[in-house]
Amino acid sequence: MHPVLTLVIQRLALGLLLLLAASVLIFVGTEILPGDVAQAVLGQGATEQALANMRAQMGLDQPAYIRYFQWLAGAIQGDFGVALSNRQDIASSISRRLGNTLFLASVAAAISVPLAIFLGLLAVRYRDRWPDKLISGITLTSISLPEFLLGYIMMYIFAVQLGWFPSVSNINAGMSFGQKLNAVALPALVLTLVVLAHMMRMTRAAILNVMQSAYIETAELKGLRRLTIIARHAMPNSIAPIVNVVMINLAYLVVGVVVIEVVFVYPGMGQYLVDHVSKRDVPVVQACGLIFASVYIGLNLVADIVSILSNPRLRHPK
Amino acid sequence: MADSDTLLEIRNLRIEATVYAPGEKPKNALIVDDVSLSLERGKVMGLIGESGAGKSTIGLAALAYGRGGIRLTGGEIRLNGREIRTAGPGTLRSLRGREVTYVAQSAAAAFNPSKRIMQQVIEATLHHNLCSQSEAEARAVELFRTLSLPDPETFGKRYPHQVSGGQLQRAMTAMALCPHPDLVIFDEPTTALDVTTQIDVLGAIKAAIHETGVAALYITHDLAVVAQVSDEIMVLRHGKMVEHGTVQQIIEAPREDYTRALISVRAIEHEEKKPTAEPLLRADNVTARYGAMAVDVLSNVSVDLFAGQTLALVGESGSGKSTMARVITGLLPPRGGDITFEGKPLPPALKNRSREELRQVQMIYQMADVAMNPRQTVQTIIGRPLEFYFNLRGRKRNERIQELLDAIELGKGFADRYPAELSGGQKQRVCIARALAANPKVIICDEVTSALDPLVADGILKLLLDLQKREGVAYLFITHDIATVRAIADSIAVMYQGRVQRYGTKSEVLSPPFDAYTELLLSSVPEMKLGWLEQVLATRRMESAGN
Repeated sequence: MHPVLTLVIQRLALGLLLLLAASVLIFVGTEILPGDVAQAVLGQGATEQALANMRAQMGLDQPAYIRYFQWLAGAIQGDFGVALSNRQDIASSISRRLGNTLFLASVAAAISVPLAIFLGLLAVRYRDRWPDKLISGITLTSISLPEFLLGYIMMYIFAVQLGWFPSVSNINAGMSFGQKLNAVALPALVLTLVVLAHMMRMTRAAILNVMQSAYIETAELKGLRRLTIIARHAMPNSIAPIVNVVMINLAYLVVGVVVIEVVFVYPGMGQYLVDHVSKRDVPVVQACGLIFASVYIGLNLVADIVSILSNPRLRHPK
Repeated sequence: MADSDTLLEIRNLRIEATVYAPGEKPKNALIVDDVSLSLERGKVMGLIGESGAGKSTIGLAALAYGRGGIRLTGGEIRLNGREIRTAGPGTLRSLRGREVTYVAQSAAAAFNPSKRIMQQVIEATLHHNLCSQSEAEARAVELFRTLSLPDPETFGKRYPHQVSGGQLQRAMTAMALCPHPDLVIFDEPTTALDVTTQIDVLGAIKAAIHETGVAALYITHDLAVVAQVSDEIMVLRHGKMVEHGTVQQIIEAPREDYTRALISVRAIEHEEKKPTAEPLLRADNVTARYGAMAVDVLSNVSVDLFAGQTLALVGESGSGKSTMARVITGLLPPRGGDITFEGKPLPPALKNRSREELRQVQMIYQMADVAMNPRQTVQTIIGRPLEFYFNLRGRKRNERIQELLDAIELGKGFADRYPAELSGGQKQRVCIARALAANPKVIICDEVTSALDPLVADGILKLLLDLQKREGVAYLFITHDIATVRAIADSIAVMYQGRVQRYGTKSEVLSPPFDAYTELLLSSVPEMKLGWLEQVLATRRMESAGN
């Protein structure tokens, strides 16, 4: 078997193991909270008998490890149970909201990733000159502002003053793609500003690191243009660190958007999670936790595999 | 004024750089001062000198390129009659990679690891629109053949890590010759190679120069090498020209003292000592490998080191010499065999050895810079073994440090310095003092002079011999350099692929009849005479034809 295939399979297996460990943590975490679901449903005034009946009905009288495997088996089949607060099926509520979150994240990623890499290249090309400093200055300013503040500033400028985009990003299944884009424009813009600096600076650093190499000098002594050298000779050798930071930021776009979703009242996972945390709806919190963990681990796994594949020594062994 | 045959004309070249010394303000340093040279079409000029002589800097100036913060601040550089020192970036891009190309010292670093060799070899040719892709590839294959690369048709399809260092160096020469340049700068193209590889690469480069009629600046610190490929030689020191003449004049009748010193380097006379009855250190049938590797790095190595003598382990990279040092010091416990010291077996692993056993065997490394903690003063570095092994403190410790500093001929004022404030040779001397501080019976010297300039290396070898005479310490001397071995060894073990190929006293090992490998190794060491390269290559061709 090709050695790269072995490595990739190893990584996949490790990722699965990690996901399993995360699921245990999520389960244990909710387990050690005082009270249980029966208590939460029936409230403080419930009698012992009522609690016991409720527990038997919900299967809570069984040992924890059995309940864990039941929960896990359900989750793998897409069954997260029923929300306590409104008795709705968690899986179907989540799937719609997850779709919304992924849509917002994709729009933000589609803008921010190419832009960050391009700005990184540009910063390297004009290193220590004004374009580099301007790019660094703007991106650092935007990352230094708290995202909710950034959200309100954007809202004030683009929604209130200019009236280009709605301030509340309400989307539903009946909207066309264009309408949806218009609805998420502001949150996507804010998210872009939030993740841009990190990716751009890592791209810049990763390429600058490679720019010290002797083969960059070789390229320069061939009479190549600076931007050609950066794109053709430096970029391919700095893919691994760039992909890593891109993936971390993509994960953030999915997992870390709670604040932005609340600011723009966007019907995504974050909003959903916050609602149910405040209602102590444990099954929903568990489901969200598991999905977030999967996204995080999955994206990092992709970064790992791309790093492996970008190494010519591994791709083409002696 | 230059006639039409002059390709490169450098006049009163002045090159400066900003130096950032530790703890001082950045200051301007003159790297090259008032150097002039003129090179005709099709001729080869050797630039020779120690590190810091400015030879690479002058070579790169022919491409109007300054590495790092180096600035070409004065004088004229005319290439094909056109002034290029003050030319704009557009002009420079149009001549670099077309009129003049560059072969770097380390081809392994100068090739982009993520691109196929062919892509890189023809890149400049395509970039300057000199011909079509298929023509360029055909030209590259032709050059691969001229440079005797294996499978020239498919060689370019490989990635740099898939070929050997010697092959990569030849591929870099092909890369430089592909766009039919007028001038190639060879910057120490064979320095990083083993001698047996060096001779092949040197032969290939010379043949390629001859065949294409290209002019070249050949930069090296090795006079014997440059004498084989050049028409004329310029000797440089501290950025100034020392002497300039034909090869014959420089090596047969040098005018300057400095040139004479360069030529007579390694002329150390050393009386060989006879083996005594009992060896001090004995390696018996040692076999070793790293981790889960499937092959042994050392197989059945048996050598003896006698008290107060020097045993040289000679071989190419990968022959297992340094692994032998790791086994003896206990860093790599062997899979089989024993190391005995004064008749008693040494525990195989470092952690099982007593402090006294550790004290008896000390090491000096190739890279003195990285073998010292940059944040400790010389005093702390040398004082550490004194405290550790002898529990010396305070005044007694400082007195002993001064004694050691005197022994390595550094004297007062060095105790409070940091490694960064020392020259390469001084750093290596401090490492020697550190090893001596333990009062060991054996010092393992791992390529201790390889990173040093010939004259500095000579000083270190003389110091080592001198210390051996006074202190009676034995050296296990690991090196790839036959000249060094001749200078200091009492007995020699020639290593090849983890085995001892030939072993005995110096006079035995270096006298015929030789085995095939030792013959190859000895005959590959460049000699400082005209026509040596052709002679050796011709002999080898005849031999292989005879077989």
